[in-house]
Amino acid sequence: MEPTQAITASREVMVQNPEGLHLRPAGKLARMATEYKCSLELERCGQVADCRSMISLMTLGATQGSVLTLRANGPDADSAVEAIARLFESHFDEL
Amino acid sequence: MKFSAFISPKAVKSELGSASKDEVIAELVQTLVDAGEILEKDRDDIIRAIMRREELGSTGIGRGVAVPHTKHPSVTKLVGTVGVSSSGLDFESLDGQKASLFFLLVSPPDRPGDHLRALENISRQLRDDQFCKLLGQSKTAADILNLLEEADRESSAG
Repeated sequence: MEPTQAITASREVMVQNPEGLHLRPAGKLARMATEYKCSLELERCGQVADCRSMISLMTLGATQGSVLTLRANGPDADSAVEAIARLFESHFDEL
Repeated sequence: MKFSAFISPKAVKSELGSASKDEVIAELVQTLVDAGEILEKDRDDIIRAIMRREELGSTGIGRGVAVPHTKHPSVTKLVGTVGVSSSGLDFESLDGQKASLFFLLVSPPDRPGDHLRALENISRQLRDDQFCKLLGQSKTAADILNLLEEADRESSAG
């Protein structure tokens, strides 16, 4: 059996877009999450969303200034967390 | 934000007749005109604005659901409608599936928070398989409204 290495990574990210984590940024995030093998979730106030699902992400109702915990588990967890954190920092390429 | 706060009861429509994305957006916007929520003179501009938004990325969010929307200065509060297409149609959704359940929203430019809260409520309900199934099976506007009212009651109870 091939050994699998479980790597976990987590980081706090802040929603900086004035309009919050609305549909367009949620779509970008979901598309990016599908590029990675690891599990990816975001938590806000005890509520957890699967980063691959726009519907799940929208249930967070994350407004501007919300601080979310990003968690990944899997072989490419580190690079996934890095890339998604950059997406938040770049305001999802919105003004 | 409950459905009753932004869905116009007179606008909801079962058995949408459209077969394409362009058509269904026009059909849904027309329901808001017919319900008196938006003016006829603003209809075409709102349709164009929703299509421009779709060009930035489809609002087909998966599970057969699409949430076409736009901001528009002609509305002073968030207004929305719900439509159901029994056959479904291609909405260029993220998951490649046809869309059959539509929530169309028009919001004032200065109220992004209301838009986000409406999306939050819609998404919460959509996680419920039973809600999606029953909405898809709705044969009349009354069926849709009953389901939305029930969802509102449960969200206030929970």
